[in-house]
Amino acid sequence: MTDTPIKDQAARDAAAKVAEYEHGWSADIETDFAPKGLTEDTVRFISAKKNEPDWMLDWRLKAFRLWQTMDAPDWAKLNVPPIDYQDAYYYAAPKAKKKLESLDEVDPEILKVYEKLGIPIEEQKVLAGVEGARKVAVDAVFDSVSVATTFREELKKAGVIFLSISEAIREYPDLVKKWLGRVVPVRDNYFAALNCAVFSDGTFVYIPEGVRCPMELSTYFRINAENTGQFERTLIIADKGSYVSYLEGCTAPMRDENQLHAAVVELVALDDAEIKYSTVQNWYPGDAQGKGGIYNFVTKRALCQGARSKVSWTQVETGSAITWKYPSCVLNGDDSVGEFYSVAVTNNYQQADTGTKMIHNGKRTRSTIVSKGISAGHSSGTYRGLVRVAPQAEGVRNFTQCDSLLLGDQCGAHTVPYIEVKNPSAQIEHEATTSKISDDQLFYAMQRGLAQEEAVALIVNGFAKEVLQQLPMEFAVEAQKLLGISLEGSVG
Amino acid sequence: MLSISNLHATVADKPILKGLSLTINAGEIHAIMGPNGAGKSTLGYTLAGRPGYQVTAGGAQFDGQDLLALDAHERAAAGLFLGFQYPVEIPGVSNVQFLRESLNAQRKLRGEPPLSGADFLKVARAQADAMGMDLDMLKRPVNVGFSGGEKKRNEMVQMGILNPKLALLDETDSGLDIDALRIVGEGINRIMRKPDKAVLLITHYQRLLDYVQPDFVHVLADGKIVRSGGPELALELERDGYKDLAA
Repeated sequence: MTDTPIKDQAARDAAAKVAEYEHGWSADIETDFAPKGLTEDTVRFISAKKNEPDWMLDWRLKAFRLWQTMDAPDWAKLNVPPIDYQDAYYYAAPKAKKKLESLDEVDPEILKVYEKLGIPIEEQKVLAGVEGARKVAVDAVFDSVSVATTFREELKKAGVIFLSISEAIREYPDLVKKWLGRVVPVRDNYFAALNCAVFSDGTFVYIPEGVRCPMELSTYFRINAENTGQFERTLIIADKGSYVSYLEGCTAPMRDENQLHAAVVELVALDDAEIKYSTVQNWYPGDAQGKGGIYNFVTKRALCQGARSKVSWTQVETGSAITWKYPSCVLNGDDSVGEFYSVAVTNNYQQADTGTKMIHNGKRTRSTIVSKGISAGHSSGTYRGLVRVAPQAEGVRNFTQCDSLLLGDQCGAHTVPYIEVKNPSAQIEHEATTSKISDDQLFYAMQRGLAQEEAVALIVNGFAKEVLQQLPMEFAVEAQKLLGISLEGSVG
Repeated sequence: MLSISNLHATVADKPILKGLSLTINAGEIHAIMGPNGAGKSTLGYTLAGRPGYQVTAGGAQFDGQDLLALDAHERAAAGLFLGFQYPVEIPGVSNVQFLRESLNAQRKLRGEPPLSGADFLKVARAQADAMGMDLDMLKRPVNVGFSGGEKKRNEMVQMGILNPKLALLDETDSGLDIDALRIVGEGINRIMRKPDKAVLLITHYQRLLDYVQPDFVHVLADGKIVRSGGPELALELERDGYKDLAA
C-alpha cells in the first residue's frame, strides 16, 4: 500500500503535533496526556497536571531516581516477559484506551460474561469504555436514587474524609505527608517505587477518632474515580477506635489496554481501630491461548500501629495474566490482629504468585491466614506467605491454612511458607492441603441435575466458602458467580 | 417406562455389560441381584450417564426418549435418579444449597419456573421430617461427617425432594442397621410406590426386599440377566447363593 496523502488540514496539523511529541519534549501543560516514555519530565508533567505542591513533586522525583537504580524482582514463581517501560504512557494516555461507538465493538466473550453477571446495559457500556457512557450510567445510578447526595451528606455528618488522593494532597497535606510512604516506603520494591513516581490517582480515606463509618466505602461510589486504573494509590487512615469497611474493584472484567498495573495501597490503624479491606480483582486475564492480559503487580500493606487494632484483608483474585500481590500486616501495636483471606483462581495460561506477610512486632499479636488457590488449564498458582515474629513479641499466635484445588492435570499449585520466629513463646500453626475436584463429586452433582460447569462452580464455591463468607454481602453473591465463570471450559 | 435392549458397556475398555435386556413399566418395582463383579453398579452408572462408562452396543429408551443420547444432568431432569452406594461428600456446600440448585436446574431444563427459597424449604423440610432427619443436617455440607446410615437416609431425602419418575437404587441397604433399613425401606415405598413411578433396586441381599416388596427379581451374572422371576426368586437366592447361576 502506498502512503495516502493527507488532504485534510486538521489531520495534517494533528499529524505534525504527534511527530513533534515523538521527537522531543514539548511541555504543553494544556495537553491531556504525557507522551510515551518515562523520564523526570514525565514525573514533572504528572505532578504539574495535578497542581501538586512542591513537596509532593520532590517526593515523586526522589522515588523516580531511586526506581532507576532498582531491578524488577525475580524471586516469584512467575514467568514475566521483559517490560519496556519507555514504550508506555504514564498519564491519561488517550490512545491507550480507544473509545468505542457502541457495545457491538466489544469482544463478544466479554459481553457474555457481563450478561452472566447480570450487569445492566448502561453499566456494561461504562465498563467496556463506550463513548459518553460514563455520564449516562453515573446519572442513572445516582440521580434516580440520589445515592450520591445522601452518601456524601452522611459521610460528612460522620466526619469521614473520602476523596481522591489528588484532592487530599491539596486539601489535607499534613495528613497525607504524615502517612504517605510510611507503610510502604518508596524503596520497598521496584513496582512500589515506580508507583510513587508516577501514580495517577487513587483514594484517600480518613476516619476520625471513635467514628464507625456509616457505610461500606467503595470507589464505585466516588464519581471522580475515573481513569485511576494504571498506577493507583490508596491511603486509608483509621484513627483511634474507628471502623471502616472498604470495597475495591469490580466483578465485571474491565476493558483496559494498559498492560502494567502497579498499585500501592497503604492502610493505617491506630489504637482500637479496625479496617476491613475487600478486593475483587477481575482484570482481563488474556485469551485462552495466553495472549494479552494485564500484569497486576500490586503492593498492599497495613500498619496495625495502635494497640488492639485490627486489619482484615479479603481478596478474590480471578483476573490478570500475571498477579504479584501480597497484602500484608505489620502488627506493631500490642494485641493487634491481622487477617488475610484469599481466593485466587488461575485458568488457561494465567500465573498468580500471591499471599501475605504477617510481621508480629507487638506483644500478643495474632494473625490468621486462609488461602484458597484454584488452578485450572495450563495455569500456575502459588501461595507465598511470611510469618515473622520479632524477638520482643511475646505470646504471638498465628494460624495459617493453605488449600489448593486442581482442575485437570496441566496446571500447577505451589505453597511457599516462610516462617521466622525469634521468640520462643510464639504458637505458629500451618496447615496445607492439595486436592483435585474428583470425578465422583462431579458426577454426583450432575446426577442430581447440574450441568458440568454448574457442578464445577458449586464445588469450587464450597471449597472457597471460608473466604467468600468474609466478603460483604453485595460482593459475595457476585464473587460466587465469578468463580464459576472464571473456570468455564476448564473441565471435560 | 424404561426399556433396555442388548446393552453392552465397557469401563476403561473392559467389557462389563454384555447384552443386558430389561423392561420396567410404570408402577413396577424391580430388584436386580447378583454376585460381586456381575456389573450391578456399572448398570446404574451407565444408565445415569457417568462419563467413562462407554456403551458399545444396544440401547435404552426412557419415557419415549433415547436415554443414551442425553447427558447425565439431562437424564436427571428427564426424571432418572441414582441412589449412590457411596454418597459423595461436597465440603462447603450445604445440602439445602445443593438440592435447591439441583432441583431448579432440573426445572429449568424442563421449562418449569424455579422454586423460591421459601417454597423449596417447605418441600425440603417435609422430606427431611419424613426420613427422621433434623433440619440441622439439611444445613450441613453435603454428606460431610455423616455416618454411613445418615448418608443413605440423605439419599432418600434427596430422592423425595427431586421426586423422580425412575429411581435406580444402588445398594441403598448396605451399611444400614435394622432400624435405618426399615426407615429407608418405608421411604422408598412412600416416595416411589406410585402408579406413575418405577424403581430398580440393586442389591446383594434379600433383607431390603422384606420392606420393599419387588414385583420382579432378576439375577445379573457376567453382564447379563440370567434369570428372572417373582419375589420368591430372592428368597431362593438367599438360601442357595449365586454359585449355580454364575456359571
